[in-house]
Amino acid sequence: MNYEISLITTMAIAVMFALSLNLITGFCGQISLGHATFQGIGAYAAAMLGKAGWPFLATLPVSMVLAGLLGVIVGLASLRVRADFLAITTMGVGFLFVGIVRQQESLGGELGVSSIPDHGLGRVGFMALALLMCAGIAALSVYIKRSWMGRVFNGIAEDEDTMRVLGIDVPRYKLAAFAMGTSLAGLSGAFYTYHLTFIGAESFGFVESITVLSMVVFGGIGSVPGVIIAAALLSVLPAWFQVIGDYKLLVYGGLLFVMMRFSPGGMAGLAARFFPTTPLVKGGKP
Amino acid sequence: MLAIELVAQGLIQGSIYALVALGLTLVYGLLRILHVAHAALFTLGGYVGVLVCNASGSLALGFLIAALVAGFGGVAMFRLAYQPLLSKPPYVALIASIGLFIASEEAFRIIFGAQGMSFTNPALQQQLVLGWGLQFKLAEILVMVSTASIIGVLAWLQARTRIGIACQATVSDPQMAQSFGISLLKVRDINFFVGSALAGFAGVWVALLNNLVEPTMGSVPSYKALAIIVLGGLGSVPGTLAAALLLGVIEAFGTIYLGDILDRNAIAFAFLIAVLMVRPQGLFARS
Repeated sequence: MNYEISLITTMAIAVMFALSLNLITGFCGQISLGHATFQGIGAYAAAMLGKAGWPFLATLPVSMVLAGLLGVIVGLASLRVRADFLAITTMGVGFLFVGIVRQQESLGGELGVSSIPDHGLGRVGFMALALLMCAGIAALSVYIKRSWMGRVFNGIAEDEDTMRVLGIDVPRYKLAAFAMGTSLAGLSGAFYTYHLTFIGAESFGFVESITVLSMVVFGGIGSVPGVIIAAALLSVLPAWFQVIGDYKLLVYGGLLFVMMRFSPGGMAGLAARFFPTTPLVKGGKP
Repeated sequence: MLAIELVAQGLIQGSIYALVALGLTLVYGLLRILHVAHAALFTLGGYVGVLVCNASGSLALGFLIAALVAGFGGVAMFRLAYQPLLSKPPYVALIASIGLFIASEEAFRIIFGAQGMSFTNPALQQQLVLGWGLQFKLAEILVMVSTASIIGVLAWLQARTRIGIACQATVSDPQMAQSFGISLLKVRDINFFVGSALAGFAGVWVALLNNLVEPTMGSVPSYKALAIIVLGGLGSVPGTLAAALLLGVIEAFGTIYLGDILDRNAIAFAFLIAVLMVRPQGLFARS
């Protein structure tokens, strides 16, 4: 049973993480290639506070605030640069994070932080809390998507210049997306820390940023159910099939490429193509 | 004397960056795609160079075949991966490119093994002693010389030949160029061929300098080349060259003086972010 509980917790953390990126990349159309950095900030914050004697639940808000704060700073930078630059700037932030943390003895340096105290919730309790958080973030995502803000996000993703002409304060909304997405990534980081009880800078590097991006892309950029399913599947596949574990990057890379090349809408796009729900959908039978 | 040596080391490293980043800039100028998978061709060039050189004993043949294979690989990549995606939003091609790059890195590992390969008989390793206690490997000097001459020749071709002018026209206004009878597809093919051949060429030089090719040798140049083309002002060839050399030198100094705080790869991006804060359009772009 322990194995299954641990697997479900891993899935839940991946879903949280992927949904947080979906807010930025999916809803608002801002490609981030360094999202793992914000999970890393949350994870390190939780680890340092936890070792300093803070209870697990108290580390969560701090992780979120710190990650969100950095997110806003990166977001501020992103407002100044063109869309193409943002991908590279966020990638740069990722390399910077790993580069800095690895050299800081106070943050564990190359060895990382280990022997993180127990969260005191029990295995099942921890899993339940992680699942609850997932449900909360999913509900928040759906709510945002339907709200006025979600429509603006969608407009920015589709055509930023038109939104400016319409009198929308585009930078403010982008910043809001960054703040929400990165603080939720920080939250997933805190769970990550207490789940694995060991973290290192390498766990939040470029590969992880790409992994989470591939979850969002595979599920269908912007689709909440699609991203949840993709994150749940892709996070446990390596554990289920050792072959995939060995060739994890080949599979992820290949998936990203094939998806983009043949179905840029991801699984959600495929589903919409094969099962048009309403007669109004283009190509659907009346 | 340390300063001169650091500048020289920086320029050597910068030459390699320039060769790789040039192809990226060409592709960006033409298609507005961030071609991350470019570095896979750099790695491919390195492997082909080592294999051919070890089999035939001729380094020149290794360089030639590596550049050709990488060049045709680049054209194939364009036709199979990017051509069909040109009408989609830009992030689609970017993510596809990242996927392609990661998958090909793994493919190199699976095909050629994780521990890498070396030249059985590495050439150009003689030490040249210059004045003031400076000494360099012959290969290090030749990297700079060959980069400078190749770029010079390319600049001449671009300014003086019909094809070169067609390329320039396509970059500045594709539709107008097309209506003057320039084949866009041909120009794009040529650009991918030249850019990728340069990356393959650079791959052999790196293989020679380190006497090692490994599956992941492309990742650091790949990301750094992206930083370089942003610094150079996306799509600008002279800007890219200047940024490549500048970054090489800054890294050489940074590793000595900032090594305790940042590692080598982080220095490039710290510099990038600092520059973007001040000049969002890049270092050498006209605003």
